[in-house]
Amino acid sequence: MASKNDIKFLTSPMIGNETKKYCRFKKHKIRYIDYKDEQFLMKFLNEQGKILPRRNTGNSLKYQRRVAQAIKRARHIALLPYVTDLLK
Amino acid sequence: MDQKNQNYETVFIFTPVLKDSEIKETVKSYIDFIKEKGGDIIEEDLWGLKQLAYPIQKKTSGIYMVTEYKATGELVDTLEIKCRRDTNILRFLTVRLDKYAIEYNDKKRKGLVGRNKKKPADAADTPKDEAGNNKGAAKGDGGKGKQSN
Repeated sequence: MASKNDIKFLTSPMIGNETKKYCRFKKHKIRYIDYKDEQFLMKFLNEQGKILPRRNTGNSLKYQRRVAQAIKRARHIALLPYVTDLLK
Repeated sequence: MDQKNQNYETVFIFTPVLKDSEIKETVKSYIDFIKEKGGDIIEEDLWGLKQLAYPIQKKTSGIYMVTEYKATGELVDTLEIKCRRDTNILRFLTVRLDKYAIEYNDKKRKGLVGRNKKKPADAADTPKDEAGNNKGAAKGDGGKGKQSN
Protein backbone atom coordinates (compact mmCIF):
# COMPACT_ATOMS: atom_id res chain seq x y z
CA MET A 1 0.00 0.00 0.00
CA ALA A 2 1.24 3.42 -0.91
CA SER A 3 1.50 5.74 2.01
CA LYS A 4 0.55 9.39 1.75
CA ASN A 5 4.13 10.43 1.10
CA ASP A 6 4.40 8.22 -1.99
CA ILE A 7 1.56 9.89 -3.88
CA LYS A 8 2.85 12.43 -6.37
CA PHE A 9 0.90 15.39 -7.67
CA LEU A 10 1.43 17.31 -10.89
CA THR A 11 0.64 20.57 -9.12
CA SER A 12 1.49 21.22 -5.49
CA PRO A 13 -1.45 20.28 -3.25
CA MET A 14 -0.60 23.30 -1.10
CA ILE A 15 -1.88 25.67 -3.80
CA GLY A 16 -5.16 27.22 -2.79
CA ASN A 17 -4.86 26.68 0.96
CA GLU A 18 -2.19 29.25 1.70
CA THR A 19 -2.16 30.43 5.29
CA LYS A 20 -3.38 33.94 5.85
CA LYS A 21 -0.76 36.58 6.63
CA TYR A 22 -0.97 38.23 10.01
CA CYS A 23 0.66 41.08 11.86
CA ARG A 24 3.08 39.62 14.37
CA PHE A 25 2.98 42.71 16.56
CA LYS A 26 -0.78 42.58 16.92
CA LYS A 27 -0.76 38.84 17.49
CA HIS A 28 1.91 38.87 20.21
CA LYS A 29 0.84 42.27 21.57
CA ILE A 30 4.23 43.89 21.03
CA ARG A 31 3.69 47.60 21.59
CA TYR A 32 7.20 48.96 21.20
CA ILE A 33 9.85 48.14 18.62
CA ASP A 34 13.36 48.62 19.97
CA TYR A 35 15.68 50.33 17.47
CA LYS A 36 18.71 49.05 19.39
CA ASP A 37 17.87 45.40 18.71
CA GLU A 38 19.35 44.95 15.25
CA GLN A 39 18.92 41.17 15.28
CA PHE A 40 15.16 41.59 15.47
CA LEU A 41 15.04 44.32 12.82
CA MET A 42 16.97 42.04 10.42
CA LYS A 43 13.72 40.12 9.93
CA PHE A 44 12.29 43.11 8.08
CA LEU A 45 15.23 43.66 5.72
CA ASN A 46 16.22 41.98 2.49
CA GLU A 47 19.76 41.04 1.55
CA GLN A 48 20.55 44.54 0.36
CA GLY A 49 19.40 46.06 3.65
CA LYS A 50 16.18 47.41 2.18
CA ILE A 51 12.98 47.44 4.20
CA LEU A 52 10.60 44.67 3.15
CA PRO A 53 7.13 45.70 1.99
CA ARG A 54 4.01 44.99 3.99
CA ARG A 55 2.79 42.50 1.42
CA ASN A 56 5.74 40.25 2.36
CA THR A 57 5.86 40.69 6.12
CA GLY A 58 2.12 41.00 6.76
CA ASN A 59 2.57 43.89 9.18
CA SER A 60 -0.34 46.19 9.83
CA LEU A 61 0.12 49.75 8.63
CA LYS A 62 0.61 51.07 12.15
CA TYR A 63 3.45 48.70 12.95
CA GLN A 64 5.01 48.89 9.49
CA ARG A 65 5.47 52.60 10.13
CA ARG A 66 7.08 51.88 13.48
CA VAL A 67 9.34 49.18 12.05
CA ALA A 68 10.47 51.61 9.35
CA GLN A 69 11.14 54.31 11.97
CA ALA A 70 13.12 51.86 14.12
CA ILE A 71 15.20 50.66 11.17
CA LYS A 72 16.01 54.22 10.17
CA ARG A 73 17.14 55.00 13.70
CA ALA A 74 19.26 51.85 13.80
CA ARG A 75 20.89 52.91 10.53
CA HIS A 76 21.73 56.32 11.94
CA ILE A 77 23.61 54.83 14.90
CA ALA A 78 25.41 52.39 12.58
CA LEU A 79 23.77 49.23 13.90
CA LEU A 80 22.38 48.54 10.44
CA PRO A 81 23.92 49.53 7.10
CA TYR A 82 22.30 51.99 4.68
CA VAL A 83 23.56 50.13 1.62
CA THR A 84 25.11 46.68 1.48
CA ASP A 85 25.17 43.32 -0.23
CA LEU A 86 24.91 39.88 1.32
CA LEU A 87 23.49 41.08 4.61
CA LYS A 88 22.27 37.59 5.46
CA MET B 1 5.53 71.64 34.18
CA ASP B 2 4.12 68.17 33.84
CA GLN B 3 4.37 67.99 30.12
CA LYS B 4 7.84 69.49 30.12
CA ASN B 5 9.42 66.56 31.95
CA GLN B 6 9.66 63.73 29.48
CA ASN B 7 11.66 60.55 29.30
CA TYR B 8 14.43 60.64 26.76
CA GLU B 9 16.99 58.15 25.63
CA THR B 10 20.31 59.11 24.09
CA VAL B 11 22.78 56.87 22.30
CA PHE B 12 26.35 58.18 22.08
CA ILE B 13 29.05 56.73 19.87
CA PHE B 14 32.54 57.71 21.04
CA THR B 15 35.72 57.32 19.02
CA PRO B 16 37.56 54.02 19.52
CA VAL B 17 40.78 55.99 20.07
CA LEU B 18 39.90 56.68 23.72
CA LYS B 19 41.61 54.76 26.49
CA ASP B 20 39.66 53.07 29.29
CA SER B 21 40.25 55.90 31.73
CA GLU B 22 39.27 58.50 29.12
CA ILE B 23 36.06 56.61 28.33
CA LYS B 24 35.08 56.64 32.00
CA GLU B 25 35.90 60.32 32.18
CA THR B 26 33.83 61.32 29.15
CA VAL B 27 30.89 59.12 30.18
CA LYS B 28 30.98 60.65 33.64
CA SER B 29 31.15 64.17 32.21
CA TYR B 30 27.95 63.62 30.22
CA ILE B 31 26.13 61.97 33.11
CA ASP B 32 27.17 64.83 35.39
CA PHE B 33 26.09 67.34 32.75
CA ILE B 34 22.57 65.88 32.64
CA LYS B 35 22.34 65.78 36.44
CA GLU B 36 23.68 69.32 36.74
CA LYS B 37 21.04 70.72 34.40
CA GLY B 38 18.25 69.14 36.41
CA GLY B 39 17.74 65.81 34.65
CA ASP B 40 17.18 62.51 36.45
CA ILE B 41 19.26 59.61 35.20
CA ILE B 42 17.18 56.44 35.03
CA GLU B 43 19.75 54.19 33.42
CA GLU B 44 23.22 54.33 31.96
CA ASP B 45 24.53 51.43 29.96
CA LEU B 46 28.00 51.26 28.44
CA TRP B 47 27.97 48.70 25.63
CA GLY B 48 31.68 49.05 25.01
CA LEU B 49 33.56 48.73 21.73
CA LYS B 50 31.37 47.58 18.86
CA GLN B 51 31.83 47.19 15.12
CA LEU B 52 30.01 49.83 13.08
CA ALA B 53 27.82 48.77 10.16
CA TYR B 54 29.56 51.37 7.97
CA PRO B 55 32.58 53.62 8.54
CA ILE B 56 31.99 56.99 10.21
CA GLN B 57 34.81 59.55 9.97
CA LYS B 58 36.99 56.73 8.59
CA LYS B 59 36.54 54.67 11.76
CA THR B 60 35.12 51.17 11.64
CA SER B 61 34.34 50.73 15.34
CA GLY B 62 32.94 52.84 18.13
CA ILE B 63 32.18 52.83 21.83
CA TYR B 64 28.44 52.79 22.45
CA MET B 65 26.75 54.31 25.46
CA VAL B 66 23.01 54.43 26.12
CA THR B 67 21.38 56.64 28.74
CA GLU B 68 17.78 57.00 29.75
CA TYR B 69 16.80 60.10 31.66
CA LYS B 70 13.93 62.34 32.59
CA ALA B 71 14.43 65.94 31.60
CA THR B 72 13.08 69.02 29.84
CA GLY B 73 13.37 69.80 26.17
CA GLU B 74 15.84 72.60 26.82
CA LEU B 75 18.26 70.18 28.41
CA VAL B 76 18.18 68.03 25.28
CA ASP B 77 18.99 71.08 23.18
CA THR B 78 22.01 72.00 25.28
CA LEU B 79 23.13 68.37 25.44
CA GLU B 80 23.04 68.08 21.66
CA ILE B 81 25.01 71.29 21.22
CA LYS B 82 27.61 69.87 23.59
CA CYS B 83 27.68 66.65 21.54
CA ARG B 84 28.22 68.51 18.28
CA ARG B 85 31.14 70.44 19.73
CA ASP B 86 32.78 67.33 21.16
CA THR B 87 35.22 65.79 18.68
CA ASN B 88 35.25 62.53 20.64
CA ILE B 89 31.69 61.82 19.56
CA LEU B 90 31.14 60.21 16.17
CA ARG B 91 27.35 60.06 16.35
CA PHE B 92 24.52 60.57 18.78
CA LEU B 93 20.78 60.00 18.73
CA THR B 94 18.16 61.29 21.14
CA VAL B 95 14.72 59.75 21.18
CA ARG B 96 11.69 60.72 23.23
CA LEU B 97 10.16 57.65 24.86
CA ASP B 98 6.43 57.05 24.83
CA LYS B 99 4.66 55.05 27.54
CA TYR B 100 5.17 51.73 25.75
CA ALA B 101 8.87 52.42 25.38
CA ILE B 102 9.18 53.18 29.09
CA GLU B 103 7.37 49.94 29.87
CA TYR B 104 9.66 48.05 27.49
CA ASN B 105 12.81 49.53 29.02
CA ASP B 106 11.53 48.65 32.49
CA LYS B 107 11.03 45.04 31.43
CA LYS B 108 14.39 44.98 29.68
CA ARG B 109 16.14 45.98 32.89
CA LYS B 110 14.47 43.07 34.66
CA GLY B 111 15.62 40.75 31.86
CA LEU B 112 12.15 39.90 30.55
CA VAL B 113 12.56 41.11 26.94
CA GLY B 114 15.26 42.21 24.53
CA ARG B 115 18.57 40.73 23.48
CA ASN B 116 19.65 39.71 27.00
CA LYS B 117 16.41 37.86 27.56
CA LYS B 118 16.63 35.30 30.31
CA LYS B 119 14.85 32.04 29.66
CA PRO B 120 13.17 30.86 32.86
CA ALA B 121 11.40 28.06 30.94
CA ASP B 122 14.72 26.53 29.89
CA ALA B 123 16.16 26.75 33.38
CA ALA B 124 13.05 25.07 34.77
CA ASP B 125 13.14 22.35 32.13
CA THR B 126 16.62 21.01 32.78
CA PRO B 127 15.94 19.52 36.23
CA LYS B 128 12.72 17.97 34.94
CA ASP B 129 14.62 16.28 32.12
CA GLU B 130 16.87 14.63 34.63
CA ALA B 131 13.89 13.40 36.64
CA GLY B 132 12.34 11.38 33.83
CA ASN B 133 12.94 11.26 30.10
CA ASN B 134 9.33 10.92 29.03
CA LYS B 135 8.02 13.56 31.38
CA GLY B 136 10.89 15.89 30.64
CA ALA B 137 10.32 15.69 26.89
CA ALA B 138 6.62 16.42 27.24
CA LYS B 139 7.21 19.37 29.51
CA GLY B 140 10.01 20.63 27.31
CA ASP B 141 7.59 20.81 24.38
CA GLY B 142 5.15 22.73 26.51
CA GLY B 143 7.82 25.21 27.46
CA LYS B 144 8.74 25.83 23.83
CA GLY B 145 5.10 26.42 22.99
CA LYS B 146 4.89 29.09 25.66
CA GLN B 147 7.96 30.86 24.36
CA SER B 148 6.68 31.08 20.81
CA ASN B 149 3.44 32.56 22.09
